[in-house]
Amino acid sequence: MHPKTAWQAMAQRPLSFLTSSWPWRSLAYLAGGVVVGAAAVLVFATGLVAGLVLLVVLVGVAPLAGVVLSSMAVATVERYRLRLVDLDSLPNPHREPEAPGLRSWVATRLKEQVTWRELMFTLVSAAALWWLDLLVLCFSFGVPVLTFEAADGDTWPWAVFGAVVLLASPYTVTSWAGARAALARTFLAPRDEELGEELKEVRASQVRLLDSFDAERVRIERDLHDGAQQRLVSLGMTLGLMRLDVPEGSPLAERLTEAEGQLATAHKELRSLIRGLNPPVLADHGLVAAIQDYASRFPIPVTVDLQLPGRLPRQLETTMYYVINEAMTNIARHSGAAHAAVRGRYHSDLLVLDISDDGKGGVDPEAGSGLTGLADRLKALGGRMRVSSPAGGPTLLHVEVPCHFA
Amino acid sequence: MPLRVIVAEDAVLLREGLVGLLQRFGHETVAAVGDADALVEAVRKDPPDLVVTDVRMPPSNGDDGLRAAVDLREVHKGLPVLVLSQYVERSYAMRLLDSCGGAGVGYLLKERIGAVADFMAAVDRVAAGGAVVDPEVIHQLVRLRQDPLERLSGREKEVLSLMAQGHSNANLASQLFISEAAVNKHIGNIFNKLDLPVDTDGHRRVLAVLAFLRA
Repeated sequence: MHPKTAWQAMAQRPLSFLTSSWPWRSLAYLAGGVVVGAAAVLVFATGLVAGLVLLVVLVGVAPLAGVVLSSMAVATVERYRLRLVDLDSLPNPHREPEAPGLRSWVATRLKEQVTWRELMFTLVSAAALWWLDLLVLCFSFGVPVLTFEAADGDTWPWAVFGAVVLLASPYTVTSWAGARAALARTFLAPRDEELGEELKEVRASQVRLLDSFDAERVRIERDLHDGAQQRLVSLGMTLGLMRLDVPEGSPLAERLTEAEGQLATAHKELRSLIRGLNPPVLADHGLVAAIQDYASRFPIPVTVDLQLPGRLPRQLETTMYYVINEAMTNIARHSGAAHAAVRGRYHSDLLVLDISDDGKGGVDPEAGSGLTGLADRLKALGGRMRVSSPAGGPTLLHVEVPCHFA
Repeated sequence: MPLRVIVAEDAVLLREGLVGLLQRFGHETVAAVGDADALVEAVRKDPPDLVVTDVRMPPSNGDDGLRAAVDLREVHKGLPVLVLSQYVERSYAMRLLDSCGGAGVGYLLKERIGAVADFMAAVDRVAAGGAVVDPEVIHQLVRLRQDPLERLSGREKEVLSLMAQGHSNANLASQLFISEAAVNKHIGNIFNKLDLPVDTDGHRRVLAVLAFLRA
């Protein structure tokens, strides 16, 4: 793995670290830190003085704006510099001003939390960080230079000490550079809520994807219902009418019986196909009725105990139906259970679902048991799923999904 | 006896087919409509002897047909309704059977129309106030039957299940290879065991079927 930060680089084998660019990058970072720090102090002081002077003339936000502006400049420079020792670039957390013009720009900046974090960073930077940069550099390189210069017969142990310090300097410098970079990142990285818009966007597209799957399913189901199924029913009717005209026991009647048998199979297959696609009772009567219907067709006895205050939001309803359906299909196929139970409750904005069976257990959620796909669907809705299935059983599937009734 | 029937079905092919079929057996189609609103309007204008309707229909393409049927049975007391469905849904069947004490209702899969003679027999039975439930629905219920019907013997359950499908006693006897007298005895036992009130035989039959479906 390629190291992305100074600290990660130090954790490599010593030879690859010492021959890499990382010690030099760290050195450059700290040297730059001294320069920028000194400049920051200057700018900061100037900003403060200018602000105070302007306060007399203009009154209002002028002094604050001065300080804030200069700290933003320091932070911007620091974000660029940070790439020397931290390859993950920091996005700029500042928002676009609400309206054009200087006034709105200043107002927006002053309302942002990140502006005040930048101010804090600049203060810490000016008060301590750049001094420490200087100290580390002086210790790592100044001390050896001094001990070498002063070296004579009596003070050779000092020269040895100087040599050790110099040899260790790549590590000293990189350690501090890494620490400083971590600190800078803490102050200057966007917080979650500053990334909020972006995060929401990704989530929405996941939900959209699920929505389009569901829409497609409904469409296919409708097409089958309006097309193929109706034609098959008409065909059955035609055959039925033919039978009225055909004498019983004739060869033709036998062929008719055969055709009717095939037709019945086709009906059955189409029905189970459609049920898998989009059970009509789910759309008409909701989750509880759909699950009860499903349970009544289930090969082993199922206790259904779902208590919900009303119809769930459509997306959630569909997902929950498929979760229960898939879980129960697994139970029927693999568990060897004699009894299964579905229990659902709604607790303050959280839908909790337990699907359990008394089978032989040993469900491996990682082994592509169809559960991972369900977990993905649930995750898109902000929910999660956990499985307890020791060998020998019983198996419990626990699902939690945030849910708000409109 | 010729019946006056209203047919509600949104698929034209099927609607025409049903009308033709009913005609062939001497029944009169008073109206043939394609959505639930038109069905309600047609019944209001001229109440028929029987309504044959699809479950899924416009306007909302949900269970509009079924809901219309249940509502119509509320308004026009005991209006016989035969519901045709593409799906075996116990909840649909229950909703229907719960309306007006379950007399004069039927719930059949659409594909049963193909068995023309049985279908026409079901039409007659529903119009005469009987209850007909699709064998597929019954089958599902029987498979998982536990409890309140525990008191019934295996043979009695069999008889009850066939009864729920709308078979006559003679029919039952031939299907189970027993005499009609034996069938009568079984049915009597079923009525007693289910504590059904002594009433006309037909009504008790419906109640027994309902008890069977609800259990």
